[in-house]
Amino acid sequence: MRKILSLIAIILFGVFLSLIAIDLTFGVPENSRMDDYFIQNGQEQAATNNIVTSVVFDYRGFDTLGESTVLFTAVIGVALMYRKLTRGDADENE
Amino acid sequence: MRMSKIVRFSADMLFGAILIFGLYVIMHGHLTPGGGFQGGAVVATGVALVIVAYSYEEVLGMIKKSILMLQESAGLVMFAGVALIALGLGTTFFFNYLANSGSLFGIPVPFGPNPGELNTGGVLPLMNIAVGIEVWGGLAIVILYMLSGIAHAEEA
Repeated sequence: MRKILSLIAIILFGVFLSLIAIDLTFGVPENSRMDDYFIQNGQEQAATNNIVTSVVFDYRGFDTLGESTVLFTAVIGVALMYRKLTRGDADENE
Repeated sequence: MRMSKIVRFSADMLFGAILIFGLYVIMHGHLTPGGGFQGGAVVATGVALVIVAYSYEEVLGMIKKSILMLQESAGLVMFAGVALIALGLGTTFFFNYLANSGSLFGIPVPFGPNPGELNTGGVLPLMNIAVGIEVWGGLAIVILYMLSGIAHAEEA
């Protein structure tokens, strides 16, 4: 009974997602002003061929700063966790 | 516990190649697919290879945690510092002040398809290098700390 209910739920969810996906227009966005701007002016303003890099590091630089900070915080968290685990060991070569 | 001589020799041979490929991905981040995050992850893979091949005591002799930690912090500080210099020049935060300036990384790029020139991109290569240094140090030190946890769990 439980398996049948789960199966029905999965099928309903799949149909729900498919109905949403039918209306999507892949590759042909209606509003492409931002894309056109990057393609037209990216090479001139950021002086590089790679538009993706110019978006990531120049136009959306704040986002990359946040990403770097998230990575830094994650590493600090791991370091703190294992530092407590190895506390009191004199031979630890820090 | 160290691996066999074959694994250690292969790791020694591959480490240089992985290092050069990772630095290439970082350095050409503004021309080819890739960049600081991807290249830093590639170099950290090379460090992980060395960590896997050798024992914990030998790894501690080769790689210092303090240097990796300093490297990670220096990468983040360099990234924010390159962006902060723009404020000192009277422009906005993250402004690309080196682009089209004619100096370092400042050669203008013509519109449309072109073969690509390494000396372009303004601050983008500098930021790629900064992020690459940070990801390299960060991922390597995560692996090293986890290995230290395993080493102490085996002792106990």
